[in-house]
Amino acid sequence: MTRHSHSHHAHGQRDPRCLEIFARLSEYLDGELDEMDCRLIEEHIQDCAPCVEFLRSLRRSIEAAHTYAAQVEPSQLPPEVESRLKQAWQEALRRRKSA
Amino acid sequence: MATPSPPSAAAAPEVEWARRLLEGDASAFTPFVESIQHRVFQYTWLMCGQREDAEEVAQETLLRVFENFDQLQDPARVRAWVFRIAKNFCLMKRRRSVFAPERELSLDELLPGTEDVARSAQLEDRGELPEQRLLRAELNSVLERALRQLPDTYRSVVLLRDIEGLSTAETAEILDLSQDVVKQRLHRGRLALRKSLAGYLGGNGEVKPK
Repeated sequence: MTRHSHSHHAHGQRDPRCLEIFARLSEYLDGELDEMDCRLIEEHIQDCAPCVEFLRSLRRSIEAAHTYAAQVEPSQLPPEVESRLKQAWQEALRRRKSA
Repeated sequence: MATPSPPSAAAAPEVEWARRLLEGDASAFTPFVESIQHRVFQYTWLMCGQREDAEEVAQETLLRVFENFDQLQDPARVRAWVFRIAKNFCLMKRRRSVFAPERELSLDELLPGTEDVARSAQLEDRGELPEQRLLRAELNSVLERALRQLPDTYRSVVLLRDIEGLSTAETAEILDLSQDVVKQRLHRGRLALRKSLAGYLGGNGEVKPK
């Protein structure tokens, strides 16, 4: 990631630095970037309202995804299926012990 | 500015239940089965799109898991192991015709429009947290719709990473992908999700609340 002097979003055009940052925001939020790349992103967004807002909205949607729970529940397993599962587990344990 | 993590796979209760099951502890059987059934159902519900298919894949996965339980070497990896089995059943089951054809999401189509910044600032000024504005059920419903709109290749990565809380390495192993591809698909999937959710959560996307 390269560092540039800062004069951005003139006439509503996208700044190339924003595009570089845009491509790496998930890695940044997941803590998967090295210290230098993190610093370059942080220096840029300090002074770039569109990037700050974009980062916030991305973060909000990731946090929302973390809370997702399906609105439908699976049906309870029929007793014969549960018996089959238990039997398979016990057979696997026997194989494990005899191995 | 790191995001709060979803429940991590390492801390998942299934790990402890799996360890106990390997030792022959029958009291771990029911909680393990219920939890795995629930998690696999949720994954296949969003991947297969049909309740019956999701139920069937969850049951087939559980049976395969127990038939091969003696092969589980490390209980800490139980969720990745289970999801790999579920993914394979899901692939066999999926009725592709129900879904939109596979396509790549380009970064260009996911870029924010600079004209949206003012609207976004207005949303921020309300001083309301999204959680306060939305009922949980509504958010779930919006999320579900947004997740279903993602192409399969992105949806599977977002489900495993952001909903199941599996690591990049585990997701790569489950889906037979390199870690770089997982990261790329996760980012594009998240960007598409952000765009779909922006009308609800605030931000500079294009979708309006219903």
